[in-house]
Amino acid sequence: MDEPIEKPGEEPVKNKISRRFLLGGAATTAIVLLQSSLTKWVQTAGAQTLIKNGDPTKITGAGPSTVGKRSLFEKPVRLTSDTSSRTPLQDLYGTITPSDLHYERHHAGVPVIDPDKYELLIHGMVGKPMVFKLSDLKRFPSVTRTCFLECSGNFRTSKETMTPQEICGLTSQSEWTGVMLSTLFREVGVEPKATWFLAEGSDAALLTRSIPVKKGWDDAMIVYAQNGEAIRPEQGYPARLLLPGWEGNTNVKWIRRVELSDQPFMTREETSKYTYPVKDKIRQFSFEMDARSIITYPAYPNQLERGWVEIRGIAWSGRGKIIKVEVSTDAGKSWNATNLQEPVLDKAHTYFRHLWQWRGDETEILSRAIDETNYIQPTLRQLIEARGISASGYHMNPITAWQIKRDGKVLFKPESFK
Amino acid sequence: MNRYVVVMASAMLLLLLGTTGFKSSNSLPRQTITADTSKWPSTFSFGKVATEQQIDSVAIAILPNGTGLPPGLGTPKEGNVIYITKCASCHGANGKAAAGEKLPAPELASDSISKIKTIGNYWPYATTIFDYVRRAMPYNAPGSLTNNEVYSITAYLLSANNIIKPDMVINAHNLYKINMPARKLFIPDDRRGGPEVR
Repeated sequence: MDEPIEKPGEEPVKNKISRRFLLGGAATTAIVLLQSSLTKWVQTAGAQTLIKNGDPTKITGAGPSTVGKRSLFEKPVRLTSDTSSRTPLQDLYGTITPSDLHYERHHAGVPVIDPDKYELLIHGMVGKPMVFKLSDLKRFPSVTRTCFLECSGNFRTSKETMTPQEICGLTSQSEWTGVMLSTLFREVGVEPKATWFLAEGSDAALLTRSIPVKKGWDDAMIVYAQNGEAIRPEQGYPARLLLPGWEGNTNVKWIRRVELSDQPFMTREETSKYTYPVKDKIRQFSFEMDARSIITYPAYPNQLERGWVEIRGIAWSGRGKIIKVEVSTDAGKSWNATNLQEPVLDKAHTYFRHLWQWRGDETEILSRAIDETNYIQPTLRQLIEARGISASGYHMNPITAWQIKRDGKVLFKPESFK
Repeated sequence: MNRYVVVMASAMLLLLLGTTGFKSSNSLPRQTITADTSKWPSTFSFGKVATEQQIDSVAIAILPNGTGLPPGLGTPKEGNVIYITKCASCHGANGKAAAGEKLPAPELASDSISKIKTIGNYWPYATTIFDYVRRAMPYNAPGSLTNNEVYSITAYLLSANNIIKPDMVINAHNLYKINMPARKLFIPDDRRGGPEVR
C-alpha cells in the first residue's frame, strides 16, 4: 500500500539533472558565450563583417518559410522519462501550452494511425450501433473549448532544486475542437438504462476507462483538433476523448471504441492504478481534479534582484472556475488577493499576477487557489490529515512554497511526505 | 468615420454590459460550449450502422460479472511455463523481485504483509487480470497470447498470490466468482468540492 511519492503516473524523476536538461542548458550557455566573445572581438578587432553579423539592421534576413520555427535563442523543452514528459511551465507565458510542449503520459507508446482508416465504434446499450470515420466526425456540428489536462499523478517533492516543471509539469492547456459526445449519443440513441460507458484507445495498451454516462451528456467531447490544427500524435491523433476537468488518464487518446453499459468494467487503470488509499480504504473513480496553483515566477532556478517583482503563476480547478488566487509573501502569515487575467474560463488554467517589492529579506512565497465551489487549495499537511499517512501521490494538489534566500536565490521548499 | 463611431459605441456598450452583468450577479459568466440543438434534425445520418462482425472484432471488454469472458481454460501449472518465458524477465521470477533487484515492471505477487501493491493485496476483481493481460501483455508483443494462454497466466498469478489452489482450472464460468481480498477495501470517490478537504 505504501507507495513512494515518485510512483504514480510515471517513472520517478531521479535526483539528478537529466541529459536533456543538460543539453538545453549547454545550448543556452553556448549562445551566451558566442555573444560575449563576439562583442569582445568587435570591440578589439572592429571587424566590419562581424559588426554586420551582429547588427540585424545591416544584413537582409531570411525569407518566408513553409513552417515557422522558434527563435534560435529560445529552447523550451519537455522533461522526459520512459513513459511521460513534462511541460516547462516556468518558460511559458499566458495559458495556452504550445502543442509541441504539451505534457505526455503513454502506456504503450504513441501509435501511428492513418486518418483514412480511423473509425470510432459506438455500441452496447444503444438503439443503433454506429461506426464513424474521421470525416464523419468532422461533419457534425463542432465545438471549440479551452481547458486544462492534468495527470492525476502530478506531484513531486524531494529536493530544493526543483523547477515548476519537475514539481507539477504534468499539466497543460489547449484549445480543443471536436464534436460533443452528447451529439453522438443522440445519434446512436443511448438507452436510458446505460449508466456507464467504456472508452478504449487504439494504442498498444488498448487503454480502457469506464466513465459515467452523465459526463458524456454533460461536457465530454471527441476532439480532433488542438490549438487550431489537427491534434498531435502524442495527444491522441486523429481523435481523443476530452473530459474537461477530469484526471488525464480518463481522456482516452486515439479513441476507437465507446461501449455503453449499466456498470463499470473495472479495468486495470481504474482498479490497480489511479486509485489511492484514504485511511483504511481505497478511493476509486476519483475523477475531478481539485483546485491547484503554482507560482511559475519567481521560481527555481530564477535569481531575484531587489525591487519590484511581478509574482506570476497559473491556477486551475476541475470543478469549474477559479474565483480567487491568493499569494503570501511572508511564508503564509498573511495572504493577498491577486489579479486574475480575463477571461477566466471553466476548468481552465487561469493566469494570476501579484506585484511585490522584495527588499532583500529571507522569506517564502506561496499561492493558493480558490474555486467556485469555495474549495481552498490545501496544504500537504491537510491532505495527509484527511487521507492518512498511507496517502499516495494521486490527486495531490498541495500549496507550493518557494524560499527566497538573502542572496536572491529562489529554491523549492520540499516537504516531508511520510 | 460614422461607421467607426458606431463600432466603437457598440464595443463600449458591450464592455459596459459585460462589466455590469458581472457585478450585478453572483453567477460568473459561462463559457458557451454547446449549440442550440432545437433546430437539429432527429439524425444527421453521418456514419454507418455497425455490423455484428465489426463489433465482435473489437469488443473484447470483460465485465466483473464475467460477461465477455471467451471460451477456453487454463491452469496455474501451464501458466507458470508461459510466465517464465514471456513475463518473468520484466516482472521477476514468481512475480517478485529478488533481493536488491530492480525490475522494469511491477511485482505481481506478494506475501500478505507486503506493502507493495500487487494482485493479491490490491486488485479487486479477478476478471481485470484476464482483460488486461489479453489486451496489453506482453509489453513487447501485445495481443499475441491465445485465450487459453491468458487463462493460464491468470490462473498462475492468482495461485502465486495464494488466492486459488495450484491445481485449479480457470474458465469463463468460475473466474469472475473468485473472491479477491482487496475487493472490500474499494470505495467510490467522496470528494465533492466545497471547503472540506478530503
